[in-house]
Amino acid sequence: MNIRALPLYATIAIFLLAYLICYMQFPAMLSTRVIGNLLTDNAYLGIVAVGMTVVIISGGIDLSVGSVIAFSGVFIAVLLRETGMHPLAAFALLLAITTLFGAAMGGMIHLLAMPPFIVTLAGMFLARGAGYMLTIDSVPIDHAFYETMQRAYYLMPGKGRLTLLGVTMLASVILGMILLHRTKFGTNVYAIGGGEATARLMGVAVGRTTVLIYAFSGFMAGLAGIVFSVYTSAGYPLATVGVELNAIAAVVIGGTLLTGGSGYMFGTLIGVLTMGLIQTYIVFDGTLSSWWTKIVIGALLLMFILLQKGLLRLRISH
Amino acid sequence: MLLSTRDLTKSFPGTIALDRVNFGLKAGEVHALLGENGAGKSTLIKCLTGAYRRDSGDILFEGKPIFPQSTLEAQAIGIGTVYQEVNLLPNLTVAENLTLGHQPTRFGMIRPRAMQALAQEMLAGYGLDIDVRRPLESYSVAVQQIVAIARAVHLSGRVLILDEPTASLDAREVQMLFDVVRDLRGRGLGIIFISHFLDQVFEISDSLTILRNGRHIATHPAADVDRMQLITLMLGRELEEETSVRYRPEVTGTSADAIRFTGVGRRGRIAPFDLTVRKGEVIGMAGLLGSGRTESAEVLFGAVPSDSGTVEDANGAVDLRNPRSAIAAGFAFAPEDRKTDGIIAELSVRENIILALQARQGWARPIPQAEQQRMADDYIARLDIRTPDAEKPVGLLSGGNQQKVILARWLATNPRFLILDEPTRGIDVGAHAEILRLIEDVVAQGMSILVISSELEELVAVSHRVIVVRDRRHVSELTGADVSPDTILRAIAAPHTTLEAMA
Repeated sequence: MNIRALPLYATIAIFLLAYLICYMQFPAMLSTRVIGNLLTDNAYLGIVAVGMTVVIISGGIDLSVGSVIAFSGVFIAVLLRETGMHPLAAFALLLAITTLFGAAMGGMIHLLAMPPFIVTLAGMFLARGAGYMLTIDSVPIDHAFYETMQRAYYLMPGKGRLTLLGVTMLASVILGMILLHRTKFGTNVYAIGGGEATARLMGVAVGRTTVLIYAFSGFMAGLAGIVFSVYTSAGYPLATVGVELNAIAAVVIGGTLLTGGSGYMFGTLIGVLTMGLIQTYIVFDGTLSSWWTKIVIGALLLMFILLQKGLLRLRISH
Repeated sequence: MLLSTRDLTKSFPGTIALDRVNFGLKAGEVHALLGENGAGKSTLIKCLTGAYRRDSGDILFEGKPIFPQSTLEAQAIGIGTVYQEVNLLPNLTVAENLTLGHQPTRFGMIRPRAMQALAQEMLAGYGLDIDVRRPLESYSVAVQQIVAIARAVHLSGRVLILDEPTASLDAREVQMLFDVVRDLRGRGLGIIFISHFLDQVFEISDSLTILRNGRHIATHPAADVDRMQLITLMLGRELEEETSVRYRPEVTGTSADAIRFTGVGRRGRIAPFDLTVRKGEVIGMAGLLGSGRTESAEVLFGAVPSDSGTVEDANGAVDLRNPRSAIAAGFAFAPEDRKTDGIIAELSVRENIILALQARQGWARPIPQAEQQRMADDYIARLDIRTPDAEKPVGLLSGGNQQKVILARWLATNPRFLILDEPTRGIDVGAHAEILRLIEDVVAQGMSILVISSELEELVAVSHRVIVVRDRRHVSELTGADVSPDTILRAIAAPHTTLEAMA
């Protein structure tokens, strides 16, 4: 068996086990309504985690995404308030900006040979500050097209709603899977994560790939920002603080190696859903403090880090 | 000529790494490139593969001058390289490693089956039966090495440079690799083979080129040269007829209080060996660089713990799991490269001297300042360390004095067994003599010493017996009248078969 796939199997097993426990306590949790809400409520996190997966597999990190989501919401809200622009045009403009922003960070990481941590940390403050420059208040979005998007859903059997947002996330994951597992770009991402110097010797265009990786993460953060603004119907510069850390947690719980070179896009989806499931359980229970989410996620993270250390030992020893 | 150089010159600040080197590789031959470390082998390879820019001279590929600017360009021209550490990605599958950069795609998407088929096709003829869908890391280094060769041959296809490819392979794996190399030679590739293992060089090569100090020394068909001539050419010294007269005090200890190493070794680094170290004995260790001398020392000191055998002394088993336990057992090791492994340049002479003793005592019980001062002054006087005072940073002293400080550090722990790896490298003649005299002093007091050195005269001057290491195994032990530069050189050169007769 492929030893690198073990964390993925572990992730899937944990998710199924957790779901089973939830189901035994609250049979209602195995309904399409809960599943539909799980997808909708975690759509923005899932989308941003797709970009983060690519970044982490390449051995990097992107701390800017939480701020980029907040910036996106504010940007769209202010643009729609100040101009008569159609939301779709605003979306296109925003995606161009966040993609370029990501590409610029990737370019700096490569050209200046700077650690991604530092460059994207700077990007995090920059994007948050840009949001504040546009407004310091929560700006509501009141547009007919937004209502259309919010009402767009497919009614699954059992009255569960598969919303546009949920579908967007699933589509992002599928796009990410194709990109990562079926393109030369994806193989290059794994190659850089496995060893940048070796990848360069083997002919991988490391610079171009690095720029593309962070551009992709920027694009996904912009898309997550759009989804978040549709979800909340507002733009607020203080929103989604720390979401980058949730995304990293989801990626790691999804079985991706934090040091790069190993992981699966599908695992990230399961990681996001596991985190959402814990939250749903706490809502169902009603007596637990929401901080339990953090505690359980912390424990899961620790477990996966230990699992990966163990696998690393196993790989070295044989 | 498939690939040749004409007056190739490359210099670095302070040294001329390659001095008008002429080298020629024919198609369908395995050409060994030989020389001690620093002879210019790697520089030559790096110029050929575009990793270095040459200063002057020509590189001709099929008679036409080429100017490779990078390894990728060299590859496109037809020159592929496989290094000792496999330059592939362990986390990718075998198929991905083989096809990286030229995967078959349709509408921008990789076709996994076509990619696997291409990988299978690239591996055909190498005698490997492996699942190309598995990660590279799930296979042995030998298999990875062959995969690397398959990739290099596929991408370049004319010249293959193998830089120490067998360094981490065992005997069976080496044969597997050599079968591949012979097959490629049969297909008409020109192969440059670099190795420290002379047996392997003679086994696989058609021609030999010897470099020394950046100069081309000789090129011969492998069949026309014997080991002795080869080593003489590599080291650049003639055999001496007369044996120098030596003075050696008798060994004071008996085998009863000796430290006995039985069958210790480390797979891939040094073959298991036996060694008995008696009190007051100096054991010399000779061999070419990379032959397993330092590896032996590391096993003896627990720096790279032995994976076999036992170590015993008069009190029973000795624990050598790591340097810490070795120091506790009264062992000491002054490593070869004092700049990186020995001195701490920023610390003072005093601090460097007390370092090992303090480490053994534990940092919770500091040695009193006055005691430190007394010890430092004592060793500065005894070893004649030239320093204005004990507080001068060691980095500011000359090489010979730095070496004495390291000696003082280990002598301060009063070890029973001291290992010195190249104790006189890079120090001047005066300090050289003093260090040899010091060895005799401490041995007279009952300490046992293992000296590793490339200076045969030096070994002969201080050692009671000399162990010769070749191709990662202890091949011979010379005692009494046999200890002479001449016999040591012969033992280094001798093929395995004539060993028993010699020793």
